[in-house]
Amino acid sequence: MTALAIYIDEPKFLAAGESCVVVEFADEISREANDAVTALAKHMRLQKRVPLMECLPTYRSLAIYFDPTKTAREAVIQEARSAPAFSADCGTYGTEIEIPVCYGGEYGPDIANVAEHAGIAEEEVVLRHSAKPCHCYMIGFLPGFAYLGGMDESIATPRLANPRTVIKGGSVGIAGKQTGIYPIDSPGGWQLIGRTPLRLFTPEAARPTLIEAGYEVRFVSVSEDEYKKIEAEVAAGVYRPVIKEADTL
Amino acid sequence: MTELKVGRAGMLTSVQDLGRWGFQSSGVPVAGAMDLPALRLGNAMLGNPEGAAALEVTLLGPELEVCGAGAAVFAGADLGFSVNGRAVGSWRVVELKNGDVISFSGPKNGCRGNLCFAGGVDVPPVMNSRSTYMRAKIGGFEGRALKNGDVVKIGGPSPLWKKLDGFALPPELNPALPPDAPLSLMTGLQEDMFTEEGKAALFSSEYTITTDSDRMGCRLDGQKIEHGGKGGDIVSDAVPLGAVQVPSHGMPIVMLADRQTTGGYTKIGVLTPLSIEALVQKMPGAAVRFREASIDEGTAEQMKIAAAVRRVNELRCSYVSRPRAALTQAGATVSRLRLTVCGKQYDVTCEEMP
Repeated sequence: MTALAIYIDEPKFLAAGESCVVVEFADEISREANDAVTALAKHMRLQKRVPLMECLPTYRSLAIYFDPTKTAREAVIQEARSAPAFSADCGTYGTEIEIPVCYGGEYGPDIANVAEHAGIAEEEVVLRHSAKPCHCYMIGFLPGFAYLGGMDESIATPRLANPRTVIKGGSVGIAGKQTGIYPIDSPGGWQLIGRTPLRLFTPEAARPTLIEAGYEVRFVSVSEDEYKKIEAEVAAGVYRPVIKEADTL
Repeated sequence: MTELKVGRAGMLTSVQDLGRWGFQSSGVPVAGAMDLPALRLGNAMLGNPEGAAALEVTLLGPELEVCGAGAAVFAGADLGFSVNGRAVGSWRVVELKNGDVISFSGPKNGCRGNLCFAGGVDVPPVMNSRSTYMRAKIGGFEGRALKNGDVVKIGGPSPLWKKLDGFALPPELNPALPPDAPLSLMTGLQEDMFTEEGKAALFSSEYTITTDSDRMGCRLDGQKIEHGGKGGDIVSDAVPLGAVQVPSHGMPIVMLADRQTTGGYTKIGVLTPLSIEALVQKMPGAAVRFREASIDEGTAEQMKIAAAVRRVNELRCSYVSRPRAALTQAGATVSRLRLTVCGKQYDVTCEEMP
């Protein structure tokens, strides 16, 4: 279990209309601020004193939505202030998920671009992309789209000059220093280096997204045969993703 | 079971409820009705749960054939709601019989409303909601707007629904703002990233709704709202309903039902709920003005909407329990009882429903 860095700065409580309070920890992307967001989100979701509509964690702030006819704004702020978000451990923090990826070939048509841009072999792109876990800062833009930080910057590659009109869901791409997975079929301009057979977004499931804000995402290279085997297991509903909770890391 | 056969789908008719709450952290937009207070009042008039799904009708309404029986109310702008060619209008419950044809003669004021049915529109909930989020094809009727030939199911109505015919909303209970009222903006969020001149421009000049407006957002054109030294981009954060987002070009965009969950543009504040309702009824080309409002004003509006919904529920209960001479004359079985509950006496009339 990794202890969170003590968050020193007092967060800002921003007014976001009558039904939302935004607790902002920083005005830039920082791991410390994001960990504080994750911890506060967990606290607000687990607490039972103040009824809430939902909590939306982002890079550096937590939006807390509530019904002002049932919950007083002051009660929301008071509950947030009482959270151990700034110094305590957080269970979600440290949760690691493995994402199997078949790199290159038809699954990752732009891996040659990335290799060329970095001046390395395609195999080395795979090694560097899957070498260390990336941190999920937030989910947004598309249902289930995870904003991942911490990719090996030596394989950073600019977006395609001509974005594709259709990218298959599950495609793993690089855009500048970012890496990510397209959860559903969508247009886009990221350099596609591989594809995962996992379903990132399942609307009918109790938990519709596979990756959650605060997770560590570890890409694992698999062969085409393994990809197809996992794909069949996912389709049959028997695949269990490899998720290690913080306590077992 | 009552069904609606869609003869003509209309301009944009989709199933909407109060929205898909609880999944924004998964990147799933809330969606839901554009005119939320109207949906809540419409459902209250029919004895539906507040969050029952309705058909959101935009400008040119659909033509629907009723298979079965039911009751409906059109909650929202006057788009010429008619049954069998006879004008019913907005905010009045009408009983529907097998073979009735619902149509809309055209907008008289406003842009949209909710065609609510006793029992609600019955589509399978997806992530706890029946609202349609068209961009990701989630929820509602197959994740899309209605098409000609669709058959839409209606759920089981509340008891006594047959006695709702003619129940009308007292106009004073409709919390909608007058059409010429300025939009109330609760400033906040990245307010400090704008110059004083920029803020002054927003509150002192007039903005025009552009044709690029849709369920996701309402784009406005007018005097530039100037940013300070940090420009118009931020590290992406949450986008609440009614947030007034101002990208670097300085033109405001009001974020509506189908807004994305997060965004990277500065937000100068959030509109109050009744101002959102007023805005979504305005046509492209219409002019709007803004005034600065406090959070307390927004909260007071929410309280006012909730109170109106409670009052409509009370009025509906007394409407359905009124003596009905016509039924009695038609030979319905009527019995009268005196009940004592917790020491209080109640005179109760029981009528057998024909």
